[in-house]
Amino acid sequence: MSKKFLSGNEAFAEGIRLARPQVISAYPITPQTIVVERLSEMVEDGSLNAEYVHVESEHSALSCAIGASAAGARAFTATSSQGLLYMAECLYYAAGGRFPIVMMNADRSTALPWNIYGDQRDSLSQLDSGWIQSYAENAQEALDLALMSYKIAEDKRVQTPYMANLDGFVLTHTYETVDIPTHEQADKFLPSYETDNRIDFDNPKNMAFSAGPDTNYIFKYKEHKGLLAAREVISETEKKFAEIFGRKYSGLTENYRTDDADYIIVTLGSIAGLCRETADKLREQGVKAGVVRIRYMRPFPNEEIADVLRNVKAYAVLEKDISFGNEGTVFTNVNSALKKAGVDAKGYNFIGGLGGRNISAGDIENIYTSIANGTDAVNFIGIGGEDNGK
Amino acid sequence: MNEIIWLGRGGQGAFTAAKLLGAAYNIDSDDKYGLAFPSFGPERRGAPVRAFTKLDTKPVVDRSQTEKADYIVIIDDTLYSPQLRGLLKDSGKVIVNSRNSIDGALTFDGDSIAAEFRLPTANTVMFGLLVGHSGVVTSDEAVKAIKGYMPAKIQERNISALLRAVQEVAE
Repeated sequence: MSKKFLSGNEAFAEGIRLARPQVISAYPITPQTIVVERLSEMVEDGSLNAEYVHVESEHSALSCAIGASAAGARAFTATSSQGLLYMAECLYYAAGGRFPIVMMNADRSTALPWNIYGDQRDSLSQLDSGWIQSYAENAQEALDLALMSYKIAEDKRVQTPYMANLDGFVLTHTYETVDIPTHEQADKFLPSYETDNRIDFDNPKNMAFSAGPDTNYIFKYKEHKGLLAAREVISETEKKFAEIFGRKYSGLTENYRTDDADYIIVTLGSIAGLCRETADKLREQGVKAGVVRIRYMRPFPNEEIADVLRNVKAYAVLEKDISFGNEGTVFTNVNSALKKAGVDAKGYNFIGGLGGRNISAGDIENIYTSIANGTDAVNFIGIGGEDNGK
Repeated sequence: MNEIIWLGRGGQGAFTAAKLLGAAYNIDSDDKYGLAFPSFGPERRGAPVRAFTKLDTKPVVDRSQTEKADYIVIIDDTLYSPQLRGLLKDSGKVIVNSRNSIDGALTFDGDSIAAEFRLPTANTVMFGLLVGHSGVVTSDEAVKAIKGYMPAKIQERNISALLRAVQEVAE
């Protein structure tokens, strides 16, 4: 193990180096660029033995990764924002073909107006594409998820591609000290990729075929089951990870001071730290505040969310997303989890950080105050509430 | 928590200085935490750049831009304005690389030290001045950060410049 002061992008690249991908297809886009630059340097200096393919677009980047995975190789690519949207067609091919590719997405706003700063509208728009989706909070978690991602994606029960999301700039470009495991440790954790889902001249078979109405639904059902199976596999993987590397993770969600909480903010990504600090401050003033950080949007933590919000007086969902004409998509998902479990807590949606706008400690304190007093269903930080047809 | 804002122009290495300080802070210690980041956005040579370093004895989780700093370190004196005082804590100080004296700021001709060591910019000189004035890291830790994070061929000159700046403050 060695300690280094790295950005989120650099930390993720270190995690990928340790995972020994065999093919990397890369097309740069801000704020993802550094991760593919670092991997390119690693291939150049021999610390990573991979085929590095410069492609002409994001659509080709993921197509190339699909081809590599179909040849039985461990494949990596990375993108962001419009790049993710441009490869959207291929996202579904990768998931439907059950190719366990890992892709890093630097969460960034979507055009227009054109903007390179961070929000989560790019990846959240692709929740239905059939990929596992994780959201890291800091550089250490980013590195650790890079290593865990392949173990989860490649598990025979899962066989599903994995999108590791890092908040653009706030995480991708912020430097902090991370522990970098050794190759010996990493190899013990993650064996090389073995699969039957590949082109094999000795055992030829049809791959990436069409399926008509008589069988198509069975493939879709199995895709769904694969993603659901990731729940258990994530838990097993984190246990194994803790044994080897000593760092513990808590599955699909991470709870902070929620046991006796009256008011909880549910959020995801790098803003969670400031939420926890604000909850601490409010606790000192006698307000029972807590935080739930969603670590995985797919598979979605239905049970975890319902359990933790069962006894609150009110909750807020703070997200860097809006599904125009309705509400934030995370809010929709959280509310569905509660409805299914018969939890009847009062919930409010806070949309913040769009196009990289800063979310301050004051903004978060206001969320706790607003949900204690009651507010509009959907609130835009910096603008105000929308009655949202209520 | 100690918070430092760095001001420079694109190419002067303000963010490099911010990173070196963050790296130095826990280079010898496991129970200290540093965070460093630039003002985000497109990079342009010559354009004003801000960078931030946050140092604490617990993990730094507030990733937003510093609103009240302990020190503002300015590599290019054309970027100084009295309004910057609004970004300082009551006890906060401004350190400016300048040949002229500026009311309410500590000024020092960092460029002359940079020139002496054939460095194109005074970022590590200003890092040294900050080390000398604040003591947030030791000069030993600062030297280790330069050795760990700057290209080998420019390490020695930057270390010499940094140590000279620390010495100037002591005198």
